[in-house]
Amino acid sequence: MPRTLPMLAGVAILVVLPPFGIPPYMLHIANQILLWSFVYTAWSLMGRFGLTSFGHGGFLAIGAYTTSLLWNYAGLSPWIGIPAGAVLAAVGAVLIGYPCFRLKVVGHYFALVTLAFGEVIRLAIIAARDVTGGSLGMTPNPVPTPSLSALQFADKETFYYIALGLWLVGLLVWRWVDRSMEAKALTAISDDEMAAAAVGINVARRKLAITLLSAVMTAIGGSVMAQYLMYLNPETMAGINPGLQIVFAAIAGGMYSLLGPTAGAVLTIVLAESLRILFGSNFIGAANTIYGILLILFIVFLPRGLVGALEGLRRAPAARPDVERATATGG
Amino acid sequence: MDIFLLEAILNGLLLGGVLALLSLGLNLIFGVIDVVWIAYAELVMVGMYIIYWVHIVHGLPLVVAGAAAIGGVGLLGLFVHLLIIEPILGSAPINQLLATGGLLFLLQSVATLLFGTDFRNIGVRLPSIEIADMYFGWARIIACGMALAGAIALYLFLSRSYIGVAIRAIAQDRDIMGLMGVNPRTIYLVVSAIGGGLAGLAACLLVLQYDVHPFIGLTFGPITFMICVLGGLGSLAGGFLAAFVMSEIIAIGGYFFTGDVAYVIAFALFILLMFLKPSGLLARRGG
Repeated sequence: MPRTLPMLAGVAILVVLPPFGIPPYMLHIANQILLWSFVYTAWSLMGRFGLTSFGHGGFLAIGAYTTSLLWNYAGLSPWIGIPAGAVLAAVGAVLIGYPCFRLKVVGHYFALVTLAFGEVIRLAIIAARDVTGGSLGMTPNPVPTPSLSALQFADKETFYYIALGLWLVGLLVWRWVDRSMEAKALTAISDDEMAAAAVGINVARRKLAITLLSAVMTAIGGSVMAQYLMYLNPETMAGINPGLQIVFAAIAGGMYSLLGPTAGAVLTIVLAESLRILFGSNFIGAANTIYGILLILFIVFLPRGLVGALEGLRRAPAARPDVERATATGG
Repeated sequence: MDIFLLEAILNGLLLGGVLALLSLGLNLIFGVIDVVWIAYAELVMVGMYIIYWVHIVHGLPLVVAGAAAIGGVGLLGLFVHLLIIEPILGSAPINQLLATGGLLFLLQSVATLLFGTDFRNIGVRLPSIEIADMYFGWARIIACGMALAGAIALYLFLSRSYIGVAIRAIAQDRDIMGLMGVNPRTIYLVVSAIGGGLAGLAACLLVLQYDVHPFIGLTFGPITFMICVLGGLGSLAGGFLAAFVMSEIIAIGGYFFTGDVAYVIAFALFILLMFLKPSGLLARRGG
């Protein structure tokens, strides 16, 4: 891929941009885009191999709530809380993934089992309302002065760089997975599980490895998001709503491409924000109505997502999607 | 046995009836068209709003409102198939799942746009009856009775009528049925309309017990999917059985703990049961 140079240039622009007086609101949007892009990229790591998880809201919430609960009740710094959340998410991923993959729970069944997982996390948070605040949500205790150890900052610039760094790490992981043997094995599995097993691929183990990676990254994303927003809510962090939101954005952008999930985040967040500004609070729901229609149109007409469709146009106008996917994951 | 526990178990059975009705509609659609309507519970929400709109806003009798809900949601089901499912019938199953997920957002937003986020009810509060020191709400008894009546009607339709037999045949082998002179498209449209109609019937029964708001679907949606998967997607009998298993878990869990914890237990047990029997209690086919 001869895209390294333009990408480095793009990153350089993103790094030097904020000091040139970007309005706080725009910076806030940028931060949200970067953080969600990281999560969508994490989801796509497994989503692109046919492992459609509707339960990533659960991992998001495990990361966010573990970090904030440890901070509020045990006084532990997010620098301990974030790894702790990641470990718990890994445990969750094994508990769900291992039996699913051993017992060959695939397709619809896998999607719905993970959906149940996300709901279990959401309902558990609501049920434990004495410590988590239930549906009302919770706020990490603020520190009087901004500090690195508490991962709380007064300005949005610092978080911009954290989010940017995280996003870049996400892209590097995606690229690393894409070029590894793992990707080849997983592509084989998603094409034909039995044939893959027949040539000696350990199907359950490969699937579990990618699920673990995806879950851990999602949990880290959730933790950082909670630190940035300073507010956690089970409805926006866990369960079916964020679960579907993640799947949609990743697919709308294109889960088979490096920058697809990022495009999905830009698209959905910019769209939602501009519709919100356009309609204001006069028509509650109008913005989301248009958003919903666009989502349906996207899936009906661009099943490979925005970036995927653009790449497809460039590569071979009339390529069949399945053939195209086999070549796209190769290089 | 503790009388309150018995009360909880019996109320669980009453809850199971409505859940069984919901799972029948979803399973019928999956069994025949091979598509999961993730927005199925949102169709119920639309039905509840139709009843509210016809009965409260226009002051027409409740029976008319109920008929309007069944017909209206049935029509909506028809359009869901025509406009969303049919164009992508050939693409990956997960895309169909996601397209109806977009519909979920859309229906929630349209409801918010039209009615706001306020809780609305039709102002009917049915009394409870007392049997041997145990209390049962009439709303629940009627709901369960009607749901069972709906299930029996569906069974008779599928087993006795010509088109019902064709529907079952399509569910078994859609390629062969084309050769036998049955048009799959007609069958899909009929099934989508029936699925919608069942959601409308469920709306009539649920509106007696719950206030309607744009996000009410999230209360019934996940549990309905769990039931269908537990019973084996596409298996009408399996879903029917699983509805009562789940409702009893919720009812008995709610008796020993709280309602929230009961749902956590139900979902956790669902995951566990999936591992013990991956393709559902009464599998139509392998997972």
